[in-house]
Amino acid sequence: MNRREALFSLGAAAASTGLAATGRAAEIKGMPEATQMSADHLPVPARQGGAFRVLTDETDQKTLAAVFDRLIPADGNGPSATEAGCLDFVDDQLSRDYGAGKALYLEGPLNRENEEAIMGSPQFLATPRERYAAGLKALDAYAQKTDGAAFHALSPGRIDEILTGLEAGEIDLGADVNGQAFFELMLQNVREGYLADPLYGGNRDMAGWKMIGFPGARYDYRPYIDRRGEDLALAPVSLIPQD
Amino acid sequence: MANERPKADVVIVGLGWAGSVMAEELTRAGLNVVAIERGAWRDTSTDFPPAVDPDELRWHTRRELLQPMSVETTTFRNTSAQTAAPVRNWNAFQFGWNVGGAGTHWAGMSWRFLPWDFEVAGRTAERYGQAKLDGLMAEGLMLQDWGVTYEEMAPFYDRFERIAGTSGKAGNLNGQAMPGGNVFEGPRERDYPTPELKDTHWMRMYRETAEGMGYHPFTIPAGNISQAYVNPLGVAMGPCTYCGFCDFHGCGNFSKSSPQACILPALMRRPNFTVLTETEVLHAVKHEDGKTVTGVKFVTRDGQEGFQPADIVCITAYQMDNVRLMLLSGIGEQYDPVSQQGTVGRNYSYQTCSSVTGFFSGAKMNPFIGGGALGVQIDDFNGDNFDHAELDFIGGAGIMGYSTNGRPIANMNGIRPGSKRWGSEWKEAYARDYQEVANIFCQGTSMPARDAYLSLDPTYTDRHGQPLLRLTFDWNRNDKSMIEHATGKAIEIMKEAGGEDLMVDNQAEASWNPYKQHSSHTIGGLVMGADPATSALNPYLQSWDCHNVFSVGASAFPNNGGYNPTLTVGALAVRAARAIHETYVNNPGPLVEA
Repeated sequence: MNRREALFSLGAAAASTGLAATGRAAEIKGMPEATQMSADHLPVPARQGGAFRVLTDETDQKTLAAVFDRLIPADGNGPSATEAGCLDFVDDQLSRDYGAGKALYLEGPLNRENEEAIMGSPQFLATPRERYAAGLKALDAYAQKTDGAAFHALSPGRIDEILTGLEAGEIDLGADVNGQAFFELMLQNVREGYLADPLYGGNRDMAGWKMIGFPGARYDYRPYIDRRGEDLALAPVSLIPQD
Repeated sequence: MANERPKADVVIVGLGWAGSVMAEELTRAGLNVVAIERGAWRDTSTDFPPAVDPDELRWHTRRELLQPMSVETTTFRNTSAQTAAPVRNWNAFQFGWNVGGAGTHWAGMSWRFLPWDFEVAGRTAERYGQAKLDGLMAEGLMLQDWGVTYEEMAPFYDRFERIAGTSGKAGNLNGQAMPGGNVFEGPRERDYPTPELKDTHWMRMYRETAEGMGYHPFTIPAGNISQAYVNPLGVAMGPCTYCGFCDFHGCGNFSKSSPQACILPALMRRPNFTVLTETEVLHAVKHEDGKTVTGVKFVTRDGQEGFQPADIVCITAYQMDNVRLMLLSGIGEQYDPVSQQGTVGRNYSYQTCSSVTGFFSGAKMNPFIGGGALGVQIDDFNGDNFDHAELDFIGGAGIMGYSTNGRPIANMNGIRPGSKRWGSEWKEAYARDYQEVANIFCQGTSMPARDAYLSLDPTYTDRHGQPLLRLTFDWNRNDKSMIEHATGKAIEIMKEAGGEDLMVDNQAEASWNPYKQHSSHTIGGLVMGADPATSALNPYLQSWDCHNVFSVGASAFPNNGGYNPTLTVGALAVRAARAIHETYVNNPGPLVEA
């Protein structure tokens, strides 16, 4: 088994890990001599192939793909978001601790108005997974209402118009979905997918890194630091070998 | 209690930098020490080797080395008139969640505070007259000295630098100014353990520009060390490789100063040391005499409660948790901003910051060549290094040109002003600006104010049902004036360097909130001082209220310097530990008469 295969088989085995579930003795005397990786710090690659785990509804998939490919369209600077794997990336992320909001403080009460005023942005008890489920349905319903068509069937120009309205907080997606905050969530995640290590299913062929000239998971620039201001033309490397 | 452990001489609550330093001193002196840490055991080769560490999404974006809010968060409001809300998502605070604490994932900037920072009240009156000090106090500031001077702290700073392997160049050797170092620093007895780091392209541009303007640029002292080094504990460190995955990450090279890289290999081998991991201290237990504590109550990962008896309790958790643990233990009196009585929770302050971003057409900054503490700074406008006689504020800011990282997700909005954040326009902008952007950061002092304080929240609780800590804070007028002044200087430098399309983010222009900060530096709430009416701890970090309780952290700072806090935390830990094993254990009682 090569390193790539090994990583992916680990990823399949390691389901969402609990918080700091190391399985080690709580009382430690002496220097632990073990040198094998802690199970919960091994790389967790995106699951390969198979059906979507969270974005199981076909309309939701199409709606999000339509949004993502306007947020990051294909052009001279690289492939589109979906071509780069961002839909696989976000589905995998939503299926894990991130999607479940495992790190978040989700205890009530939530006084929306007060929390938004104090924190300067809307606050939620919903997890990212729940916010996507509600947001994608609301987006499609909005398109059906205003344009009489599915969101993913709208023209690129019309989608841009809606995204611009969402970004500015000028489009109301109903009482349950804050359109502006949902726009920010999608924009954050799609760019994460485009720029994170390909380990996570996006940034296919390191297209996002090539776009900006980021050399990736290198770990030693001592040979280069004195070459100040030069175009170093370093090819990017990933934590996993490429296909 | 069912699960009562054998008595220890000392129990350490929180095994980060402060706890590790104290445990090392105390075990070396022969005391039997038990440390209790709520995070897991983490080490270089098992948890963040080079094949795992350069992963921005996991460690920086998702912050998987940090303590999640679901474990414990804070609540926040700007004023006492508001109802505080819980901080639900990742935010300014970066609490540790492992053995090593925040010392594992920190950036590494390794500053001594200025002599002035320890005596802001006394020196302001001395240089500018009592009327200036009185005026600031009447306005609501709560300026007070630390009860310890820089001269007294210098040997402890030196000790911590030797343990950490700090890289840098002296600017003041025994009172003699050393060109190329920070000529504004307090006197040091000897040079840094390892030489300063190298310049990136932007650092060299910044250095030459600042020098040309008559300022005194120097390389920031760094806990990303420049060459192989063996510290006084016999622990070996390796050279920094400028990998750019430093803050929020572990270090796979043994080159970031951290408890893992500097202390634990020696400490763990001592037979009189034990650590309980994934075990959280709920509170200290007071003796019926009211003047001491008998130990600490804890809960394990599996929910088993227990008791660790000890003669001495050292509370060395993160700043917020030190204050919270004292309040949950009923040690000392909660500060009340109306009556100004009580000492626990007072003198909370932050770090007053701004940034200036500029763009350099056609440049190749190569921002991926970076280090957490890699940068060039001027201190010409920090502390009291410049004349404040005609200014309406005290304090100042370090102004740095830095090269910490080129992580692509973190920098994705570092594009010329007016550019869209999405679509082909974003791609075009980011493809161009990734190499052309450079930043200056102003890291300023923060002065304590009457209305800024910490207390327990009446509504929200943590996973164990204990109240969260509530923060009431907003920028004060003095600090706003200070950072405006410093930001003006930074803008001049950026323009002089040739930066165009400037973006200025003065954080004090809007009300403070935990989602907007560039800095994570949170201080005060359990401050040291010579006067028990205005401090919770005496100058040896010993509680005025329970003499066998000591607490070390940035929580002990009565005001913030224009610097990162870690080196001062480490130096205070050495000082407190030595006071314990050299004096306190021989004759337990208050080290200073109230």
